[in-house]
Amino acid sequence: MDEDGGSSSAVGIEAQSIPPRQSNTLYLFTQQSLPACKPVLTPAWVITIYFLIGAICIPVGLLSLDASRSVVEITDRYDTDCIPPPFKSNKVAYIKDSSISKNCSRFLKVPKHMKAPIYIYYQLDNYYQNHRRYVKSRSDKQLLHGLKYNSTSSCKPEEYNNGLPIVPCGLIAWSLFNDTYSFSRGTAALKVNRKDISWKSDRDHKFGKQVYPFNFQNGSLIGGGSLDPNVPLSDQEDLIVWMRTAALPSFRKLYGRIEEDLDADDVVVVDVSNNYNTYSFGGKKKLVLSTSSWLGGKNDFLGMAYLSVGSSSILLSLIFLLLHVKNPRPYGDTNYSSWNWKGVSS
Amino acid sequence: MAKSPSSGTKGKKIKWSNLYSFSCFMPNTNIDPDVTTDEQPLIGQQGFSRVVFCNESQLHKVEKSFKYPSNYISTTKYNLVSYLPKALFEQFRRVANFYFLLAAVLSMTTSVAPVKPISLVAPLVFVVGISMLKEAVEDWYRFLQDINVNSRTVKVHKGDGLFVDKAWKKLSVGDVVKVSKNEYFPSDLLLLSSSYEDGICYVETMNLDGETNLKVKRCLEATQSLEIDTDFGEFKATVRCEDPNPNLYTFVGNLTLESHSYPLGPSQLLLRDSKLRNTDHVYGVVVFTGPDTKVVRNSTASPSKRSLIERKMDKVIYVLFSLLVLISLIVSIGSAVVTESEMVKWWYLDLQESDPDPLFNPKSPLSSGLLHFVGALILYGYLIPISLYVSIEVVKVLQALLINKDAEMYDEVTDKSVEAQTSNLNEELGQVEIILSDKTGTLTCNQMEFRKCSIEGILYGGDVNEVDLAASQRMNIDVERYGFSLDGSASIGQSFEIFEFSLEDAGTEMAVLGHENVTGNSKISSSWEQSVIKSFNFRDDRLMNKMWMHNSNVNGMIMFFRVMALCHTGIPIEENGSDKLKYEAESPEEVAFLIASQEFGFKFCRRSQSVMVVQELDPSSGSEVEREYKLLNLLEFSSSRKRMSVIVRNEDGQIFLLCKGADNIIFDRLGEHGRKHQHTTSLHISNFAEDGLRTLAFAYRRIEETQYEEWNTMFSKAKETMGPQRDELLESASEMIENNLILVGAVAVEDKLQKGVPECIDKLAQAGLKIWLLTGDKKETAVNVGFACSLLRHDMKQFHLSLSKEAEASSQVKAMKVEILHQIEDSYQMICDKIHKDVPFALVIDGKALEIALGSDMKAQFLQLAVNCSSVICCRVSPKQKALITKSVKEFTGKTTLAIGDGANDVGMIQEADIGVGISGMEGMQAVMASDFSMPQFRFLERLLIVHGHWCYHRIAKMILYFVYKNIVFGLTLFYYEVYTNFTGGVLYDDWSMAMFNVLLTSLPVIALGILEQDVSAQVCLKFPALYKQGQRNICFSWNRIIGWILNGALASLFIFVINLYALSPYAFKEQGQVADIADFGAITYTCVIWTVNCQIALIITHFTWIQHFFVWGSILCWYIFLYFYSALPPEYSQEVFHLLTEAIGPSPLYWNVTMLVVVVSLLPYFLHLVVQRLFNPTDDQVIQEMKHLRKDTKENEMWVKEQHNSKRITQIGFSARVDAKISSLREQLHQKKTLVDTL
Repeated sequence: MDEDGGSSSAVGIEAQSIPPRQSNTLYLFTQQSLPACKPVLTPAWVITIYFLIGAICIPVGLLSLDASRSVVEITDRYDTDCIPPPFKSNKVAYIKDSSISKNCSRFLKVPKHMKAPIYIYYQLDNYYQNHRRYVKSRSDKQLLHGLKYNSTSSCKPEEYNNGLPIVPCGLIAWSLFNDTYSFSRGTAALKVNRKDISWKSDRDHKFGKQVYPFNFQNGSLIGGGSLDPNVPLSDQEDLIVWMRTAALPSFRKLYGRIEEDLDADDVVVVDVSNNYNTYSFGGKKKLVLSTSSWLGGKNDFLGMAYLSVGSSSILLSLIFLLLHVKNPRPYGDTNYSSWNWKGVSS
Repeated sequence: MAKSPSSGTKGKKIKWSNLYSFSCFMPNTNIDPDVTTDEQPLIGQQGFSRVVFCNESQLHKVEKSFKYPSNYISTTKYNLVSYLPKALFEQFRRVANFYFLLAAVLSMTTSVAPVKPISLVAPLVFVVGISMLKEAVEDWYRFLQDINVNSRTVKVHKGDGLFVDKAWKKLSVGDVVKVSKNEYFPSDLLLLSSSYEDGICYVETMNLDGETNLKVKRCLEATQSLEIDTDFGEFKATVRCEDPNPNLYTFVGNLTLESHSYPLGPSQLLLRDSKLRNTDHVYGVVVFTGPDTKVVRNSTASPSKRSLIERKMDKVIYVLFSLLVLISLIVSIGSAVVTESEMVKWWYLDLQESDPDPLFNPKSPLSSGLLHFVGALILYGYLIPISLYVSIEVVKVLQALLINKDAEMYDEVTDKSVEAQTSNLNEELGQVEIILSDKTGTLTCNQMEFRKCSIEGILYGGDVNEVDLAASQRMNIDVERYGFSLDGSASIGQSFEIFEFSLEDAGTEMAVLGHENVTGNSKISSSWEQSVIKSFNFRDDRLMNKMWMHNSNVNGMIMFFRVMALCHTGIPIEENGSDKLKYEAESPEEVAFLIASQEFGFKFCRRSQSVMVVQELDPSSGSEVEREYKLLNLLEFSSSRKRMSVIVRNEDGQIFLLCKGADNIIFDRLGEHGRKHQHTTSLHISNFAEDGLRTLAFAYRRIEETQYEEWNTMFSKAKETMGPQRDELLESASEMIENNLILVGAVAVEDKLQKGVPECIDKLAQAGLKIWLLTGDKKETAVNVGFACSLLRHDMKQFHLSLSKEAEASSQVKAMKVEILHQIEDSYQMICDKIHKDVPFALVIDGKALEIALGSDMKAQFLQLAVNCSSVICCRVSPKQKALITKSVKEFTGKTTLAIGDGANDVGMIQEADIGVGISGMEGMQAVMASDFSMPQFRFLERLLIVHGHWCYHRIAKMILYFVYKNIVFGLTLFYYEVYTNFTGGVLYDDWSMAMFNVLLTSLPVIALGILEQDVSAQVCLKFPALYKQGQRNICFSWNRIIGWILNGALASLFIFVINLYALSPYAFKEQGQVADIADFGAITYTCVIWTVNCQIALIITHFTWIQHFFVWGSILCWYIFLYFYSALPPEYSQEVFHLLTEAIGPSPLYWNVTMLVVVVSLLPYFLHLVVQRLFNPTDDQVIQEMKHLRKDTKENEMWVKEQHNSKRITQIGFSARVDAKISSLREQLHQKKTLVDTL
């Protein structure tokens, strides 16, 4: 936009008509003659603006794309593969049968050198953590204060079990994800750091340091994972991460970090304990290993979007330049005024 | 013959009635005997049961059946008790408010709503609170106005002949009051007596019916003797009369005084809001008070008006509401389907059959879907801009404030400025197409000025008129061009000569003088206008300062001045300390003549019943002589006679008949010798008329004594005749004597226009407005004023619709209808005719014809005709008709109408029109109180419409469109998100953030836009009135634009959501590997929405002051500040948002990166559209913006001026149009002369 002094002339005119003793801001305001800048979209400005957009977007796009490309990501969907062939036709029965071992090994080949820290995510698809009933089913106060806080009606139906309150209550906690992974490279186990995967503010302010799980996943009400009743909630980082409900039905959650570099062509063996039931609603489970860049994960979208916006802006700027050069509309051309073309037509 | 009174003051005791020879012998003119016999028996029956005990008002306070309301008049809508319920009811009568109330209640009482009650209640309370506050403030001002009116004082009889001041509101029925000259009557009074012996008084009813002539009221002879205050000590009487009713012109009752009963009629009733004139004081008894008075009964409740834009906005709201229902339907159907088929499989929801969740019950998906539907209606209420109404109200109040404060619409004389009485209609000011204007008090000052005269064929006081001047000015350029283009050889000088010659032809002697004066301002006469003497605006050295004595035709002059000094019904009043007299007369014209004759040395000193004394300048001696003239007869002026004569005998015993009248009437009655100057005089008269001056021709004759005696006996006989032939006899008698006249000259008086009226009308005409003149005055006056303010000009084709005398007399409705229809059709045929294509048309119609024309059977034809005429003048229309015309025009054309007037007679049309404007300079308040805007002077209409109207229209239109846009952007992102939650009712944003959206984060820039936006500056608006046509065509708020903005909003929200979706999911959004949860995703998307809508408004604004910058960028900043503080709150309050900005999204480069991308992408469609539109199809204001930007106004001045001129080209009325017409006619003459020269 034109921020120029086209205004200055107008201001000049207006200034004359104002008695000097009253030319204060309030007076100018009431007379609606405050000094103003009146940007006018002239062809030159249009071309410049489009060019500028292009000039900014393309480098930003390239940078973003570069950041995304620098990220190495391994994704492995294991939910179907981890079901033993006899149960292929009845996955739900398999997952619900606690007597069957749920262990499963996955072999991930590292395509490129991965620099530590390597983030381990589990990804669930078609899982509606954003469901209205689900999202509300928690008690933040109970999470912070534990049994001291007992108006937990929002947690229904996971509020009481056998007449005793559940800590942590609610659907979210109850459906805690409970697949576990252990990693090894060759023979050596890869150390996975599972601390510090949640937001610090959650640990410090939202989950009580003195609050221990109580009456959780007991009796008839067994959903997802269980919690160690001896560890305070503020240290149950799996739970803390899980309690941060995802916005979309397809989401990743941080599981841990591998704090060693992985080299290209390394094979990482993952022992998956495939406990979590996504089979009944057709969800998918994926394991993701990913490094990160300043922009986060491996996502080309932003870079591509910037590049396309930038290049189309440049294109538009060229088109308008061409139009302007070949067939310029005299700027402020009065032939376009309604009174003039009206005169012609009549 | 009575003795001549020795001083002017005693003149008031003259029996005025005797001056009127036509009426003085009329038996009991005031009470029609037929009426009395017919209606008197009704007294005491139903509808005529009112009893008033005169001078015993305490009786009315005691007995119940005689208890009448007090004289307090209230115009307020609310009182202390009714305010809350009534105002609340008003608020929730609005569909949108009611809807939000319902939503709020539902959200508080049930769990249907997906959001917390606070996000619904907070905005609602805010919105309703502000609206109610506004109502209260407006009503308070009305209350103050009421107090002002109600506490005026009047002298009331306290007892024992003592009169004391009492407030109007304290007045009660039965009180005897004394009203002095120029005071308003505080209530409907029965006239008891006046300062005149015969108990008459003069009343100005301009506030009631707009008629400027004074009306005579006459008391009963029985009460005539109550002359002084002390007479009322013992006065007792009883009035029985009709019940309160709205009929202004009827009154039936009787007065019982000392056991005699006297019938009462309308001529004894003095109505509230009329004014006592020319009478020292009157005594009257209060008959109707306050709400019972006829004027109050006659007034209709002022309707609440809504502007065109607002009505269209309702439709937009309906569109949005349909969108809302559609979305809710989609969501609820989707939800029902998902609940039934999918949700059972989602074990993590633990949907138990024993304790079903009503919202998600797979067993009864239908009821769940229904509940969901309700929930969705509440959630997507964001599509309907709840704060739109309140923002518009706030903006309009502030706009109104700026209108009120505009220093250029301030009148120093009356110390008043334009005031918006309601702020509802600001933008309607930008869309007016037809102005219906009252005449007296609105266009004119109700003051006549003596301007020019023509004595024995010589024109005096004839300055160049402005049209010729302007024409010659422009011709200077044009003649040059014309000369060259015609053929190269013609020199400029030559064409000048021809031009001057042609001007002389046109009858203007001072064209040369005009040329010399062209240099500076075009308004020579403007400097003359500040004449020292009121009613006298004349300058000619040949006549002034006794110079006329040295002229050759002294005798003619003397006769001329004598006619002026003697032929009238005025009386002089002495002014203390001045030897100049002032005069009072029935019409302001006569006053002007008397003042003028005094200036010329013929001072009319005093009159008695039969003698008029004039102090004359004797040309032979040069000294002043007092001469007595015996008034023998006075032949009254009437609208049918159109002339007035006096027959006087001078000191030498010679008898003269002095006559003044309309030119054609006088010319018909000239004798052979009297026609010497007829040709030149008629030429002058037509020139006067073209300038919009009212003309009268003066003539006289000498009558031989014998001839007079003969005639007088016949005339006296005629006067004494009773019955229907009387008028006829009188008419023929006067006809006999009023002939063989000798023409002495003509005078031109100006019905003085208010300051700046012609210029204002000119500008309004250029802006494409049509102006209709509706006046209660007679046709001649109306047409004169039409000329004076350039609504008419001579090359216009005028249609006069009126009833012929025969049709009027026969009073057969059918015949009248046929006649009028015939006239209408003929005229319409003319318009359609191709030959008359370039000729502008004007329509003049009088009240009676109008009544028929507005009947249902020919209304359409009439209005069709009227709309096709450039100007329409309706004369002799009643207040009801004014309102009816306004209503018909409004309904028939569907165009926005503006009615402007100053008196109570205009109230009807002011209320009926889309916008009513009241002139506040005058004393009457009715028009102002009924109006939507009040202004001290008509000329402010120009700035009010062309500048403020234009601005407000643009502002409100832009504002609404933007509001729609921003709410769509916001609401649809919620919808897209819900699709991604599989219609399970997930909400993307935090509750408090949602509540803040319309209240804090996006409202201020749009309010700033609504108040401060200027597409072009005020100066440009006034220079290019054609810009106003944008509003008339409503291009800023067309459906194309509305749909366009809805699409723009939909597109922007789609971009916002999709970019966020793909940028954030499911990958980590921080270097530390964290992924975004609902709160992060919501906050990032919300940031994008805030940036987008605020940047969008920055693209719309074309006028950035620091305030806009502050609000726009401040709003964006405000979001971050809000988020910062909100997220810093302890987690109990901030919940998911806790430490969101500082810990999660703030440090993430992706967050900022996405924001930038979204802003660029989501604004790109609009920007592209804007660029292309500007490039290929710019609007007028954009072109002017560009010109202004390039400083073409200063650099290429000629082009700038030319454009200004071009933009005006199409008008047919107004000053410039007249100048154009003049130029073209001059050119034609020039051309003819040139060809003539060439052929020679």
